[in-house]
Parts: sequence; structure tokens; C-alpha cells
Amino acid sequence: MSSVRALIDGLVASIREGDGQAPREQRCAAFANAGLTGPVRTLVDKVASRARDVHDEDIAAARASGSSEDQIFELVVCAAVGQAMRQYASARAALDATTRSE
Amino acid sequence: MRLAILDTGHAFWSKLLFAFIRTVSRQPTPEALKLVAYRPEFYGSRMKAVTHEAMRGTSAWSVGDRELMAAFVSSANESEYCTKAHTAVAALSDLDAAPLAEPLRATLRMLRKLTRENTVDVEDMRAVLAAGASREQVEDALAVAFAFNATNRLADALGFSVPGPKAFEVGAKFLLARGYR
Repeated sequence: MSSVRALIDGLVASIREGDGQAPREQRCAAFANAGLTGPVRTLVDKVASRARDVHDEDIAAARASGSSEDQIFELVVCAAVGQAMRQYASARAALDATTRSE
Repeated sequence: MRLAILDTGHAFWSKLLFAFIRTVSRQPTPEALKLVAYRPEFYGSRMKAVTHEAMRGTSAWSVGDRELMAAFVSSANESEYCTKAHTAVAALSDLDAAPLAEPLRATLRMLRKLTRENTVDVEDMRAVLAAGASREQVEDALAVAFAFNATNRLADALGFSVPGPKAFEVGAKFLLARGYR
């Protein structure tokens, strides 16, 4: 599955930079779980760190702060993929490091 | 689903497909399908391609090995929907499984740490390689973990409702026959 890295890169590019209803900067911030404020920040951090603790109230608070359902969909996707990508990058760096030192 | 658009906001052709699936399977439309079918050009089409390549692309790991990894990562995330969905597939595809071979066991151990702690180090990787997994196998396993660490979060955050065992059984047969495309 040597092509999977290119597919992952394409996915990440699409959700961060592709056409969407949330601003690109906000999607990139959700991906990084950094630089957000208010209920959207709370929601994004929960998705990244402890998704099981997301409740209806978290979505409702983000809606009440002005985000549409489509924008929330995009930001939640960015938060989930961003955290998975950080894990993936950490593991790939550790694997690469096995060839550099003994 | 916590977002109404993921229940009812799909394009006409997707709704037609959902109706067909409900009729043939006599089960509700799978929540995982509703997610990837919503505005697929943004997320779903690309994630399906990633997941299919990770789970069904050419690899030294068997399909059963990779389904076990998917179930294991989902379990480490305590994601009920995904654990139930993939335990069913792993059981179906690997009924005669022997006790785990050491490379798979060591790989699962590393994936569990990565999933729970978000990071692994060079010693963790050396342990997997020393157990007999190839570098390519480690890379393949990391792609499986990527797909499920993202999907588990979405299932939990978006509030996938967990259906009964029959729905997962039907879904497992579909995933074995058709993959994730």
C-alpha cells in the first residue's frame, strides 16, 4: 500500500485547503487544535483529545455561537483527522529514527 | 447523529442508494456510510480511498490481521460503534485464527500505545522490528491506525447510534465482499 501516504496527503489538503463553508484559517486551526476560541475551541479540543466526551450540548453551543451545521461538520472532521495525523507523524518519525542510531 | 445534515442532508442519489440499502439489508442505513456520503468531495471520497487502501491494498498483513488492528485501535479509543463494527469483520474473516504471531502481537502493542498516548518513540519501534515485523508492515499498520483514529473520533463526536448485532453482521459481510470503497 505504498500509495497510501499520497492518499492521506490528499485528504489532509482537501479538508484544510479545499472548498468549504468554514474559513480555511479556522479549518487549519481545528486541524492543529490551536488558536481557536469559545465553544468551537471546546468542541474541537474534545474531538481531538476525548471524543467520547462530546455531548449534544457541545454541538448546540457551537451552533449558538454562530457556526452552521456544515461549518461544524467541517471543523469536527478537521479536528479528528488532525489528531490522527499527529499520531501518524509521531510514529513515522520514530520508525525513521530506528535507522539513524543504535 | 448530532448534525441533522448527516441524517437528511444528502444529495438525491445518495438518498436513493440509502433507500436501496435499507430495502435489501432490512437494516437502517449505516451511520458510517451516512458520514462518508455527505458532501463526499470534502472528506468522504478521500477517506474511503485511504481506508480501502489501508485495509484492502497490497500488504504483507492479511485482511484479517488488518481488521483485527482496526478493532483493536477502536477498542483502545473506547469507540463503541467502531469496535462492534470491526470485531464482527475480524471474527468473520479469521474464524480459524491461531494464537497471534509475534510480529502482529508486537504491532498491536505499539498501536495501542500510539492510540492512547498519541505518541511512540524509537524504542517502541525497535521492539516491533525485533519481533519480526518488517518496516513496510509497520508503515502499513500505521495507515490502518490513522484511518481508525480519525473515524473513531468522528463516530463518537457526531453521535453515531449503535445498532443491534444483526446490522453489524450484515455490514461485516458487505465490508468483506466490497471493502471500503
